[in-house]
Amino acid sequence: MLVAIKLKFAIAAGLLAAPVVMHSLTPATVATDIGFAEFAEIPPADFDYRMAGDFSRAGRPVESPNSTTRLSAKLRIMKRQVTVAEYRRCMNAGACPRIGSADARPDTPVVGVNWHDAQAYAGWMSRTTGLNYRLPTDQEWSFAAAESARSEVAPLVDPSDPAQAWIARYEAESARAASVVLAPQRVGTFGQNSNGLRDVGGNVWEWTDTCFVRATLDDGSLRVTNTNCGVRVVQGAHRTYMTDFIRDPRTGGCAAGVPPANLGFRLVIETGFPGMRGMVSNFFGSLRRS
Amino acid sequence: MITRRTALMGAAIAALLATAPALADDLKLPRQHVNLVAPPFVHPHEQATREGPKIVEFKLTVQEKEVVIDDAGTRFWAMTYNGSMPGPMMVLHEGDYMELTLVNPETNAMPHNIDLHAATGALGGGALTKVNPGEQAVLRWKATRPGVFVYHCAPEGMIPWHVVSGMHGAVMVLPRDGLKDGDGKPLHYDKIFYIGENDLYVPKDENGKYKTYETLGESYADTTEVMRKLIPTHVVFEGRAGALTGKNALTAKVGETVMIVHSEANRDTRPHLIGGHGDYVWEAGKFNNPPQKDLETWFVRGGSAGAALYTFREPGVYAYVNHNLIEAVELGATAHIKVEGKWNEDLMKQVSPPGPIPPDKLGAIDSVSPVVTR
Repeated sequence: MLVAIKLKFAIAAGLLAAPVVMHSLTPATVATDIGFAEFAEIPPADFDYRMAGDFSRAGRPVESPNSTTRLSAKLRIMKRQVTVAEYRRCMNAGACPRIGSADARPDTPVVGVNWHDAQAYAGWMSRTTGLNYRLPTDQEWSFAAAESARSEVAPLVDPSDPAQAWIARYEAESARAASVVLAPQRVGTFGQNSNGLRDVGGNVWEWTDTCFVRATLDDGSLRVTNTNCGVRVVQGAHRTYMTDFIRDPRTGGCAAGVPPANLGFRLVIETGFPGMRGMVSNFFGSLRRS
Repeated sequence: MITRRTALMGAAIAALLATAPALADDLKLPRQHVNLVAPPFVHPHEQATREGPKIVEFKLTVQEKEVVIDDAGTRFWAMTYNGSMPGPMMVLHEGDYMELTLVNPETNAMPHNIDLHAATGALGGGALTKVNPGEQAVLRWKATRPGVFVYHCAPEGMIPWHVVSGMHGAVMVLPRDGLKDGDGKPLHYDKIFYIGENDLYVPKDENGKYKTYETLGESYADTTEVMRKLIPTHVVFEGRAGALTGKNALTAKVGETVMIVHSEANRDTRPHLIGGHGDYVWEAGKFNNPPQKDLETWFVRGGSAGAALYTFREPGVYAYVNHNLIEAVELGATAHIKVEGKWNEDLMKQVSPPGPIPPDKLGAIDSVSPVVTR
């Protein structure tokens, strides 16, 4: 028994040492790791997309619109989530905020990052590579996630008896939470989807660039009544919304719910007119909050 | 203060008790054996009884073991009564005798005992129940005061360590004719939950990571150092963050009356039911005092138990928390109660869902003022 425990300690010590070795001896390996080869290129195709946000008709919550849509250009998106090793390079370059979770295993997705950390990383990648890196929109993420995307609607709140939906949501979230390992796992642990994306819907949720909207669907037309870019769409095993400065989703939730396990991200490379799209959304985002 | 003499006396009496359970036959009373269940549940019991006093037999077995106390997998050396922290709630009626067998199996490392706040004399029984690994003791005490009371381990020199390592629980002594409000009207509950709050002090290494230890004994020095700073690393219900949320959430129905007994053996706490109230609350937990009505938050002193009755009126998911919200949300002291039933619009209705601020109200001053100033 004692021997077994000692052995475990030795392994743990080895693991702790690994990041240092990785960083000091093999930056080249890490660098090629995030090269072009790790991006999936997905040509435009029709796909079903359910809009993110809260929608209502005549003052009652309704399902958000689901329609067949198509991106205007091919999507170039990271096959895996940004890893600890990658984020640490940005941190060491002084371009990304220091976060406590960056001392985890280098080959696990970086977690404990908020939307601003992800933005900082994307900005640094763009500056160092000359390519335009940014977070995907919710629509892009859903397209790349393909069969791993979850587009089902959470139970709708009936204003005359809201508790039924709360209980149904709570039970659905509880069932899901019980099956999730909390600690981030090595890249690839949660498999690969038909677009070659790894770990979609695993235990790390991903920031998107899409702002939370509230909209009405009266008279057959969609009208956005409120856009809150302080809250962004977060994607994973289910879609949710997070305040942009939250790093640990477990402390960002409300009193009675089951939050995502971890917050991480993956990036896309802008393939259209460089930077325009991300810049525009960021411009409006910063306007909103100023 | 324990003198050498009282310690010796305790040992002598403990020896007497241990030799002959037959001694307890000096009382010609009916006996009842109770099988205990782990919190948040409570063993079946009558709320009021027509029967006369009896001897109620309970057995607590001490288990020292490593447990996980949060979703991050933090490991912690616990000392427990019957394997749970807190230990099980024991229910009897005023005038009954509790005959408690305390077993300390040989596999344990530490001596243990039990101080029952409901009992009178011998440090609550602590002086008569000190058992080393491989020993057991039997204590009988008369339940003279109705209420909910804490019990805990109290070995000389190491009391707080044993308590904050999990060795505490609660006794409920019910009035023979049941609970009453201040006007003598009987009160009943359809369900009872026992919520035991733990303040835990887990040492960290130089990198801020929680430390693990190969044995209980090895954790003592570091743990004591954290304890002496009085800032718990975890404040949880039933020994673990999330013990009463998600799949483990408590359940009730609209119209059901629920009794929630809340104990904290070491530190003050302030239970609050988010979205509900305490209809009748025995804040200090003693049933000879009339319950307070309609409380929002109630105070449970460290080293005591409180009891609250509430009849659910609206369905939904309720959070039952220690309303130091930092302790509830950041440190773990949150439970959830799923309540099924029909929504009551008279009590609450969403008149207008979140939406844009109507321009005629928001913009009124802005649009009018230029005209006025011109």
